[in-house]
Amino acid sequence: MTIWRHEMQNSPRTGVQGRVKFIIGGLLILAAVIYLIVSSTQANAEYFMTVNELESKAASLVGRSLRISGAVVGSTIHYDPQTMNLTFDIANVPGDNASIELGGGLAAVLHAAVTDPKRTRLTIIYNGPQPDLLRDEAQAIVTGHLGDDGIFYADELLLKCPTKYQDAVPSQVVNGN
Amino acid sequence: MLAQFGFGVFVLTFLLSLFSMVTAVLGYFNKSDRWVETARRAMLLTFPLITLAALTLIFLLVSGHYELEYVYSVTSNAMPLYLKITALWGGQAGSLVLWSWLMAAFASAVTLRKWERDRELLPWVIVVTSVTLAFFLSLSIFYENPFVRWWQTTGGEFVQRMFAPAGAIAITPTDGQGLNPLLRHPGMILHPPMLYLGFVAFVIPFAFAIAALVTGRSDDRWIRLTRQWTLVAWLFLSLGLVLGMRWAYDVLGWGGYWAWDPVEIAALMPWLTGTAFLHSVMIQEKRGMFKQWNMLLIILTYSLVIFGTFLTRSGVLSSVHAFSQSAIGPMFFAFIGITFVTSVALLLYRWKDLRSDVEMSSMFSREALFLLNNLLFMGVLIVCFWGVIFPLISELVTGQKVTVGPPFYQRANAPLFGALMALMGVAPLSAWGKSTFKTLGRALWKPSIPSAIVPLVLVILGVRNWIAMVGFTLVALVIFVTLFEFWRGARSRQKKTSEVFLVSLWQLARRNRRRYGGYLIHISMVVMAIGILGIELYQTTTQKTLAVGEDIQIAGYTLHYDSLAQFPYTDGRIVTRAVLSVFQGGKFLGELYPRYDYYPSGQPMTIAGVRSTLADDLYVVLVNWENVSAAQTPFKVYHNPLVNWLWIGSLIFIFGFLVAAWPVSEADIQER
Repeated sequence: MTIWRHEMQNSPRTGVQGRVKFIIGGLLILAAVIYLIVSSTQANAEYFMTVNELESKAASLVGRSLRISGAVVGSTIHYDPQTMNLTFDIANVPGDNASIELGGGLAAVLHAAVTDPKRTRLTIIYNGPQPDLLRDEAQAIVTGHLGDDGIFYADELLLKCPTKYQDAVPSQVVNGN
Repeated sequence: MLAQFGFGVFVLTFLLSLFSMVTAVLGYFNKSDRWVETARRAMLLTFPLITLAALTLIFLLVSGHYELEYVYSVTSNAMPLYLKITALWGGQAGSLVLWSWLMAAFASAVTLRKWERDRELLPWVIVVTSVTLAFFLSLSIFYENPFVRWWQTTGGEFVQRMFAPAGAIAITPTDGQGLNPLLRHPGMILHPPMLYLGFVAFVIPFAFAIAALVTGRSDDRWIRLTRQWTLVAWLFLSLGLVLGMRWAYDVLGWGGYWAWDPVEIAALMPWLTGTAFLHSVMIQEKRGMFKQWNMLLIILTYSLVIFGTFLTRSGVLSSVHAFSQSAIGPMFFAFIGITFVTSVALLLYRWKDLRSDVEMSSMFSREALFLLNNLLFMGVLIVCFWGVIFPLISELVTGQKVTVGPPFYQRANAPLFGALMALMGVAPLSAWGKSTFKTLGRALWKPSIPSAIVPLVLVILGVRNWIAMVGFTLVALVIFVTLFEFWRGARSRQKKTSEVFLVSLWQLARRNRRRYGGYLIHISMVVMAIGILGIELYQTTTQKTLAVGEDIQIAGYTLHYDSLAQFPYTDGRIVTRAVLSVFQGGKFLGELYPRYDYYPSGQPMTIAGVRSTLADDLYVVLVNWENVSAAQTPFKVYHNPLVNWLWIGSLIFIFGFLVAAWPVSEADIQER
């Protein structure tokens, strides 16, 4: 083993020249990975925005992949069980946690958004079964694209009901130990 | 009382692990064996102590002590006993207890071994494990204490504290919220402990690596000593991932198994570096190369394990943006940052000592192909890491939150996974040291012929998707190459020994378990790839609102809607269950029972009706619960070709692992 190693170290193939091809090979792989990341990011980026942000940049966003979050306006929900066509409006809610905290928590912010008629609203069209969680003042995160008609065509619907699971305080209690 | 006891034991163990760390350091610098021995004994004590605390918590869970916030949040009267026990890891606070428990168990197991020969490594192994243990215990004590209880303050508010706030009265709920129904599934019961076993076991090789760096040992002793640990860590991490996939497939009702969400990726990342590590340590053992690289890989793996624990600890985090909402976040990042920087600094300090014994010469040698394998795994890691941090970066740079979804990961990773499969086909045939394109080609042409038939067969079958063609051809190549290797090895042995072929095969695998077990694992990986290619490329789906008596068609199947029933179950959930008959070409194949369970806590659970065969899965989901009637029931149907091979592959994986990792005697380790 030792003898063989000795030979290896003295062989003319090793050293700077031998190393160069490995460095080039490694750089090629790195370049390939970077290319894959950059091209895939460009092709698949989803812009996460609020209804207001969408409204202000609407023209430049038609056809792009978008994720919009907003508050579901219950009175606008229409569902046809035969065709499974579902439409509803969402009202603008702030996107950052800090403003949600300032507004008194998610439930309060959603409530305020739905009851305020002056809020920007966006109509969503979705084909699929109506989720149970789709109800007034739920938070909807819709993924899809904006059509020329100003309507949002959703491929995916994610719903959160802030009041539903946050039963953090015990309901039935007996005092004492 | 019991809660205070459990908490007290936790604090004691925390202090003990700090003590163990300090005495180990002092013992090393003072060259005092007695100090190190004291540290070792302290380390050994942590396991029985945490066991005591964990058993206390389990007792509190089982006996319904709902005055404790943790017990209240994860158990309820209606839950069966086994679920109350497994509720230990049903929430964040409890799963951290499990982490510490496993850490103490592994640390104790390591310190129990005979330490005559490598005693200089011992103090630093103790330091690393006790620092890790102390960190997790401190999280349990200061941030996620499972022993806090409910109090009602004088203002009427309900609060959770360990000790009574002034004037507050203790309150005791009569029932708990119960474990999230999604977690009441065999896959989910086993998934977190498996993942954690994998995570925690990787701490041991890391501890030995750091010990080797500190003490300046540049040989591969640390790798040989921890080989079994690495394998076990890798097994459990792999099983944890597969179980998680199975759980998602069975319970989440969206027809898939992997959604590329940040939590899943966080568990995948240490697996990627761990798998790279598993391969590249072989080069160090055989050729004395890649020493620096192996150190870097195990350091990365450890950091990713801690990161993964942070992201997956509760299994409910769905977004990276939830970081800021948890007090635990900064603690984790500080710990990861400090340990990573310290370890890398240590590695740089020893950089020159860890130079390779030999230089790589041929591009087609086995070590070069191993290096390529490592680079590809790193490539996948970079893709995953980029996907997770991209929203944060884009928000910082442009102010616009941009996320990347599953298509990003699929597109960027698919070529890398394809290249990895090609390597699995080629690398086993290459030789160490000098292997040229010619010698490799000579070895490769025989098994290549049957694999070349695969694309022809696929074209005849009507497959036109080129990704499928490439994928299935690579699958065939790996299988044929591997079987060829088995055949070649057994054959040459048979010639020498004149045994029966099967005996030769058995003896061959028995004597080179690591190699042939590894080959079986390669086969298992491509068998899994069959399932993944099937579902990713050929999944079809349809949805329809049906009335009883109506049909829905998909992929040549007809599903006939027979009936709908709604009834309460003993544990309080309301079950909505549909019955559908499956026909193919007019022939009755069986019935499917998609279900929708609604729990009193307000949490729904969708259980798909699945008909599973080797060729395909028929996966039917009852979408809703409210406003559902026999005249109007919304169904979603998925046709998932070949997905069963994903699970079959994981069984082959376990078998291959057992072949590879069955304990070898210490003498055997020395010899090789």
